[in-house]
Amino acid sequence: MKLITAIIRPYKLDDLELAVARLGVQGMTVTEVQGYGRQRGHAEYYRGAEYRVDFVPKTQVEIAVDDSILEPVVEAIANVARTGKIGDGKIFVSEIEQAIRIRTGETGVAAT
Amino acid sequence: MSIESRSEDKARTWLSRTAIGALALGAPALALAQDAPVPNKGDNAWMLLSTLLVVLMTVPGLALFYGGLVRARNVLSVLMQVMVGFSLIIVLWCIYGYSLAFTEGSAFIGGLGRLFLDGTFDAATGTFAMAATFSKGVVIPELLFVAFQATFAGITCCLIVGAFAERMRFSAVLIFMVIWFTISYLPIAHMVWFWMGPDAYTSADVVADLNSKAGLLWQWGALDFAGGTVVHINAGVAGLVGAYLVGKRTGYGREAMPPHNLVLTMIGASLLWVGWFGFNAGSALEAGNGAVLAFLNTLLATAAAVISWTFAEWALKGHPSMLGAASGAVAGLVAITPAAGNVGMMGALVIGLIAGVVCLWGVTGLKKILKADDSLDVFGVHGLGGILGALLTGVFNTQSLGGPGLVTDWVTATVGSNPIGTQLLIQAKAVGVTVIWSAIAAFIAFKVADLIVGLRVPEDQEREGLDTNEHNERAYTT
Repeated sequence: MKLITAIIRPYKLDDLELAVARLGVQGMTVTEVQGYGRQRGHAEYYRGAEYRVDFVPKTQVEIAVDDSILEPVVEAIANVARTGKIGDGKIFVSEIEQAIRIRTGETGVAAT
Repeated sequence: MSIESRSEDKARTWLSRTAIGALALGAPALALAQDAPVPNKGDNAWMLLSTLLVVLMTVPGLALFYGGLVRARNVLSVLMQVMVGFSLIIVLWCIYGYSLAFTEGSAFIGGLGRLFLDGTFDAATGTFAMAATFSKGVVIPELLFVAFQATFAGITCCLIVGAFAERMRFSAVLIFMVIWFTISYLPIAHMVWFWMGPDAYTSADVVADLNSKAGLLWQWGALDFAGGTVVHINAGVAGLVGAYLVGKRTGYGREAMPPHNLVLTMIGASLLWVGWFGFNAGSALEAGNGAVLAFLNTLLATAAAVISWTFAEWALKGHPSMLGAASGAVAGLVAITPAAGNVGMMGALVIGLIAGVVCLWGVTGLKKILKADDSLDVFGVHGLGGILGALLTGVFNTQSLGGPGLVTDWVTATVGSNPIGTQLLIQAKAVGVTVIWSAIAAFIAFKVADLIVGLRVPEDQEREGLDTNEHNERAYTT
């Protein structure tokens, strides 16, 4: 079991959801986040004042998957989220030690 | 009782004292008393509506315009300063403000004859005193004039809060307002707007005497249709003095302080534009041609300023911004205020176009030069826009540039034009007096408020926000 954490451009979320659903992903958690990577921020002007906005709004998607579909899901996320410009985001993959479905008490892959 | 003596009684009631315009009571006026004019219901309706529109400009218009421009932690503090400030000034206006501004006194300040609005309404007979307009024989109830002018005093004091927003103690704001209203707004309003009214000018031999009773700037011949000097320069300069004395916001220049809700600002700016028709066209004091000219000019100059600010910003900064368009609207409205009924349509167009660009400079280049944290650009928009409008009124008033000209003889109501240079110089002198007077008055008012309660909240309270610390509430809860 792996946890995929993808930080993407907010407007790419709908495409991502469609793409991974086709691969059998049955759930995800979505959070509005702010941050920066190589894109850094951008400047905004309000009348005479220029402000650097360091933290850019992004959407963070967390998906728990079985190892068997990890690669196609990561690939699908990367494909839909890519524009080729700086600021496309990141995908992190980490190990999940245990998963539990609270309602039934199921554990492991069955709980994802 | 003869017909003549009855009409004299009536005249004495409605002409009991002088007020702006209020038909001055001299012997010649009494002789004409049987022709005592009665108000026209159309004029009354228009002036009631205009008064309402100026209330709309202030609460909610100005409050939302300013509220959207500050950070979320301070939005309620700004709304409170506008709402409570406006209310405070209305109360003071009815107690002593109106009397000091609009009754006969010296060239600088009026008298106390209308204290507590005494004499505007006779409860025993049910008679209302009448105030003159700018047309002979046309009057409106004096109480309507009191209400209309009350809203002007209220909005002027509220305009200033934008300059020291996000850091000033609420109690200090109120103390400042009471003092500044008394020693700056009232004298300037008297100097610019108080005169004896057209009906008093019955013959050539009373002219010199009547003129000498008017306010100083009125005597000089300064033109200010709806308050370029009285409202906008007055408030803009007071705001700038406040920004210097209160000091910069903590973190100013280092931390981002973007507007928290430009939608509120857009709604506020739009309400200001709508309300401003009451402000400007209402300043004609009757529903006549003068109001129509002021109305069209207010529409055209404002649209022109939106266009010029937006395109200038687009060219210089790369993007046409919503805040820019809203600011352009306010700049145009400010600049056309003294000119509204005093210039022609193409004069209004030019004033609006220039105002958009000049005030854009006011909030960028000039702001850097002044080095004051005038948070919401009260001086850059209202001060500078007011000065520009006051001066350009002197240029475009002349009939040779399509303006309506001015009344050169109130006895015969003859209209003519001053040479542009002459009128421009008069306008410049009026601007100078207002700038200096307001600056000194504001300095005194801020210093007194500082002595009594201290101008600023402590730094940690400022960082946390005025809403929580001064008003014990939050605008947005999750």
